[in-house]
Amino acid sequence: MPQTARSEQRSFMTGNEVVARAALAAGAEYMFGYPITPQNEIMHYWRRLAPRYQRGFLQTEDELSAGFACLGAVLRGKIAFSATAGPGTVLFQEPLSMAEMMRLPVVVIVQQRGGPSTATVIYSQQEVTLTCFGGNGEGLRLVYSTSSHQELYDYTIKAFHQAWRYRFPTFVLGDGYQAKMREALFLYNPEDRGMGAVPARPLLGHKGSNGNGEPQLHLRNAFSVEEELAEILRKHLADFDEAAPYLEEHEFIGEPGANLLVVAHGIVGRAAREAVEELRREGKKVNFFRPLTLRPFPEKALQQALANSNRSMLVVESAQGQLGSLCRLASGHEALQRFDTFYRPGVGITTEEIREAVTL
Amino acid sequence: MSERSMPRCWNRESKPHRFCPGCGHGLVLKALGMAIDELDLAGRTVFACDIGCSLLAWDFFTFPSLQTHHGRTTPVMVGLKRADPDQIAVAYMGDGGGYAIGLQHLISAALRDDPITVILVNNTVYAMTGGQMAPTTLPGQKTETSPFGRDVDATGIPVKGPEMLKAVVHPEAYLARGTVAQVLKLKKAIQKGLEAQMAGHFSFIEALSTCPTNWRTSASATWAFLEKEMGDYYKVAELMH
Ligand SMILES: Cc1ncc(C[n+]2csc(CCOP(=O)(O)OP(=O)(O)O)c2C)c(N)n1
Ligand code: SF4
Ligand SMILES: [Mg+2]
Repeated sequence: MPQTARSEQRSFMTGNEVVARAALAAGAEYMFGYPITPQNEIMHYWRRLAPRYQRGFLQTEDELSAGFACLGAVLRGKIAFSATAGPGTVLFQEPLSMAEMMRLPVVVIVQQRGGPSTATVIYSQQEVTLTCFGGNGEGLRLVYSTSSHQELYDYTIKAFHQAWRYRFPTFVLGDGYQAKMREALFLYNPEDRGMGAVPARPLLGHKGSNGNGEPQLHLRNAFSVEEELAEILRKHLADFDEAAPYLEEHEFIGEPGANLLVVAHGIVGRAAREAVEELRREGKKVNFFRPLTLRPFPEKALQQALANSNRSMLVVESAQGQLGSLCRLASGHEALQRFDTFYRPGVGITTEEIREAVTL
Repeated sequence: MSERSMPRCWNRESKPHRFCPGCGHGLVLKALGMAIDELDLAGRTVFACDIGCSLLAWDFFTFPSLQTHHGRTTPVMVGLKRADPDQIAVAYMGDGGGYAIGLQHLISAALRDDPITVILVNNTVYAMTGGQMAPTTLPGQKTETSPFGRDVDATGIPVKGPEMLKAVVHPEAYLARGTVAQVLKLKKAIQKGLEAQMAGHFSFIEALSTCPTNWRTSASATWAFLEKEMGDYYKVAELMH
């Protein structure tokens, strides 16, 4: 089979192509998809490239079907994924909810668009709550938020690994801008960087039919008594908490004694980093924090960053407080000195606007 | 289209309309407008469009209209009709909206014989999202998600909607397929559909239509595809019991 990337291949492409390339490089075997802007080209690229690498594709009748078909493939040990946005992410909640309960490692790339409803096909950061807590349960999901094409590549690959290692459904959050704009990045083969294969294995099948490890023969997700459910959930929640320190990722710029911590994620995190770096060059005491995992949220790291920033933060996002509420929850019991916000639901945010929103 | 040839119920303020040059949507909406004028129903019609290029018609008529979600226009109109049976409910959608994501709603409304009129525009692609394969894409037809031509072994055969619904509808429901190549005949079919609704029955009209933008065809090739390829596979007909 041809290699999916030459080692360390410098490229210039759109975010949607990056995702398709990353899924190929990670060894994803099947994509089930349904058209929706701004993710369509992930599907188009995958559809064109897949036959060359003996990978599969099916366009389903909607997102419910795409999601559940992914679950079926995952149950038989295939590395399956989908990509969606906006109203499609809403429909993905039903299959994702089953994936949480049955610990099925499906991966879904979300290129966020404006909401609620059909709204815009352009851009937003409004799918944070939906991806983190959209199901009728406890949010047993991994959610990555990327801010550059390099991260989109790195974390799409990582999503497959972590999903299968820890057996939680996993979202990679991009957005319409990342989806459509071109940017330089390095493509690589994960093996060349010492990453092994995604630890995929069948979870359902006939005894002895699966080689590595016995699959479960009977799986269920309905329980008759409260205690039964409580026991299962206790185990899932304990697994999640235990995995969290290995999953949580963030970026921090700064040092003790600052007056303010600017917090942002995804592409807004990029503008915010630039604003903070400019302010710091001017001698302002401002720190910067960017969660790379929104679920599990890097809680301890945020608390540490706040301790270095006079327990004062400014949250910046293209949504009305979805990251803001995650930050408030994660900030700990001790009162905050300041909780400033710069919320622009469904609208892009520039470095200049963030600079202006910073008051010291 | 000149001012005089516009149906009376077209909203002049939203014209010229927003569809691409050569698009069939405008012709289907002309047929609908003429049917409503002729039956004098503008005073009690509510028009709902799906998400797809049909959404561009959200302010197309003088009577009340709304945009719903992709695939959900049928149940929204079912609810509206049940809330106020005097209204004439028109659900307008694409072939992706009606035959893929919204198919269960279409079949269920037909099974219940909900007195609404569904108009479905068959242009063989998902147009609004940039030309992916639709349930109606013809065998061998190239689209963004069938770049090597639709492989019916892997993706099934193109759906024939009215023929499929015939198996489940009430004997007095109205089913037909028309084409924008014959607007007057299409108008007649829509008129009969609206009459079936007034008599308390479900009605469904599929309209064969054009999408030069995603087909990437010239004017003459567009018309040839509509009349020849599509016309050969999808027969214009009324499907009565
Ligand atoms: C739940 C959901 N999934 C996907 C979409 C994206 N979407 C918008 S229009 C469309 C397809 C439209 O195709 P069709 O119904 O055939 O109408 P056309 O544009 O061809 O007239 C899709 C998939 C959406 N809006 N909502
Ligand atoms: S894309 Fe196709 S269906 Fe949509 S308005 Fe243009 S021609 Fe019509
Ligand atoms: Mg269509």
